[in-house]
Amino acid sequence: MRKISLQKIDLMFAEIANNMSLYLPVDQNDGKAAYTKWEEGKKWSNALNTVKSPKDFFFPQTEDMMEFKVEGKNVEVIDTRKVSEDFVVFGVRACDVKAFDILDRVFLVDPRDSYYATKREHGIIVSVACTRPSETCFCSAFGIDPAEPKADVSVWKTEDELFMQSNTEKGEKLLKMIEGLTEEANDEKVKEQKEQISKIMKKLPLADLDTSKFGGGKTDDFFKAPEWDELSETCLGCGTCTFVCPTCQCYDIKDFNTGKGIIRYRCWDSCMYSEFTRMAHGNNRNSQKERFRQRFMHKLVYYPENNDGIFGCVGCGRCVSRCPISMNIVKVMKKLGGKENE
Amino acid sequence: MNNTNETLIPKVGVITDVRIDTADIKTFRVVTPDGKKAFEHMPGQCAMLSIPGVGEAMFSITSSPTNTEYMEFSIKKCGCVTEWLHQAEVGQQITIRGPYGNAFPVDSDEFKGKKLLFIAGGIGIAPLRSVINYCRYYRDDYKSINLVYGSRSMDDLVNYNEIINEWAKDKEMYVYLTVDKEDPDWVKHVGFVPNYVKELKYTPDRVAIVCGPPIMIKFTVAALKELGFKDTQIYTTMELRMKCGVGKCGRCNIGSKYVCKDGPVFRYDELGELPDEY
Ligand SMILES: Cc1cc2nc3c(=O)[nH]c(=O)nc-3n(C[C@H](O)[C@H](O)[C@H](O)COP(=O)(O)OP(=O)(O)OC[C@H]3O[C@@H](n4cnc5c(N)ncnc54)[C@H](O)[C@@H]3O)c2cc1C
Ligand code: SF4
Ligand code: SF4
Ligand code: FES
Repeated sequence: MRKISLQKIDLMFAEIANNMSLYLPVDQNDGKAAYTKWEEGKKWSNALNTVKSPKDFFFPQTEDMMEFKVEGKNVEVIDTRKVSEDFVVFGVRACDVKAFDILDRVFLVDPRDSYYATKREHGIIVSVACTRPSETCFCSAFGIDPAEPKADVSVWKTEDELFMQSNTEKGEKLLKMIEGLTEEANDEKVKEQKEQISKIMKKLPLADLDTSKFGGGKTDDFFKAPEWDELSETCLGCGTCTFVCPTCQCYDIKDFNTGKGIIRYRCWDSCMYSEFTRMAHGNNRNSQKERFRQRFMHKLVYYPENNDGIFGCVGCGRCVSRCPISMNIVKVMKKLGGKENE
Repeated sequence: MNNTNETLIPKVGVITDVRIDTADIKTFRVVTPDGKKAFEHMPGQCAMLSIPGVGEAMFSITSSPTNTEYMEFSIKKCGCVTEWLHQAEVGQQITIRGPYGNAFPVDSDEFKGKKLLFIAGGIGIAPLRSVINYCRYYRDDYKSINLVYGSRSMDDLVNYNEIINEWAKDKEMYVYLTVDKEDPDWVKHVGFVPNYVKELKYTPDRVAIVCGPPIMIKFTVAALKELGFKDTQIYTTMELRMKCGVGKCGRCNIGSKYVCKDGPVFRYDELGELPDEY
């Protein structure tokens, strides 16, 4: 394990940024944190987490995929893909780290999505333990330990120091790069912090959220549940929950004519939108209830069914704090699991 | 990065023939610019065709894999991409990617050595034509072949010439055509497909392959069950909205299955296990 004094942390950021792009949560003018490219003067935010998740770095909100040249009856396909440059995403929370695993199981399975893959290969993720998990957090319900976030490098921030541990070759490389600024450390303070965090976790209001009723093979238990009517009744179909979610992966493919050529790009889409599944002969999800049900069934039943029981939610709480009508996966789980009044 | 494969990046295809089937269905022949098939496929699989700047859409490959020269698509005019294609002339280049989805189990014991009953409605003949011509090519692998095919009117039957001049003349292939409404020029059967299937009193010693509009599939399957067919003897194809074709864009799922990847071909017992959302 290595450590660095917090007073030298900007030197460390400068050293990394000298070698490759470095992104980290920085407080914005509205007081909320967002991943920002580090440059002299940017300060690492103290906020628990960013409003938007870091999935953007690997699966951008919009991404050009290829170009076409059309001349008369002729079409030319131009492969505009580039190998990603190395970059660092610093300060990722345990829930968001786990979300990358969940996306990997979509984008990296055959046929591999090369757009996502190149960014995953070249992105180095530095995760940070959460010393102040909030009342909207329920990562532990999904088996995630916020004290032990396992990315390429794990870091723990104490009052005056930052402790670091590499977990992968990429992480090793990063620690080598800043070796001159850091020093060897024992893990005593980290152990202390982990114990502290685990105590806080037990006291969180959502700590005992029960996932045992959900999982693969449970479609029949929940698909026709009468509770969906009430749960979805006031949903606006705004899609906010899907956009802030670190594990939502639905996308659309569109063409844009620049006047000089045509760019085919993809962009995030949302199963909460009525257009999402519309066809010439009808829509298989005509009502907001059906769309609402799809989102939560996917996270709690369909995804685990296809992925060795792993849930498609990491308990980051973003949908809990952002939904304009205060609906969210926690309420869904409690209601469907028969625990709404506890 | 041209050395890594990316299924979402299509190849160029050239339209080398356009056949007018009905007022709103045309069949397009497609090859690569150097005159080859864009890729190999199995009956039931689909391809994404696109017109850059207009959009991309999924179509069944209606030609049989045994056709070594080109691929064909029967396309119904109903939106941006399809309307554009309907105006295209021979020589027009488009893009093509695939093949996507699973195929009918033509090479397994589920089909081999069996009597096959194909039932199609309207454009639903498109995916079945690939299977039928495959089975006709490997004729000895299968027993009798029946086709019940219906559409709104006689002018809406797709592929009419091939059906009458080739299929109907085959040994041990029996073709039954029907249209929804009476027509002075139509001497064959009049009535809906599901009723016709019942009238023909098919015995459940065969495999049924049903393809067409959702409502037609629903009533035909009900008719087959009345005749004693089991879910495990009935196959169909599903059509949901698609974008990626490879189970990643999240659009075409029925429960935990993605139609683009785990389908479009489903046996009815598999479909029965999925939530009723198609
Ligand atoms: C597996 C599969 C196989 C298919 N095989 C054939 C075939 O062999 N021949 C054929 O003519 N069509 C086939 N289709 C349907 C075809 O993909 C749609 O008709 C096509 O997407 C419409 O494209 P468009 O750009 O012309 O329409 P758009 O302009 O995109 O839309 C027109 C209308 O069609 C709707 N639409 C979009 N996608 C679909 C869809 N997948 N199915 C139905 N409606 C849709 C739109 O929401 C809109 O209401 C198949 C679809 C699937 C999923
Ligand atoms: S569903 Fe909500 S809590 Fe779960 S990962 Fe997505 S945004 Fe976070
Ligand atoms: S659940 Fe909330 S955030 Fe999600 S679409 Fe409905 S109203 Fe919007
Ligand atoms: S079309 Fe994208 S998941 Fe099926």
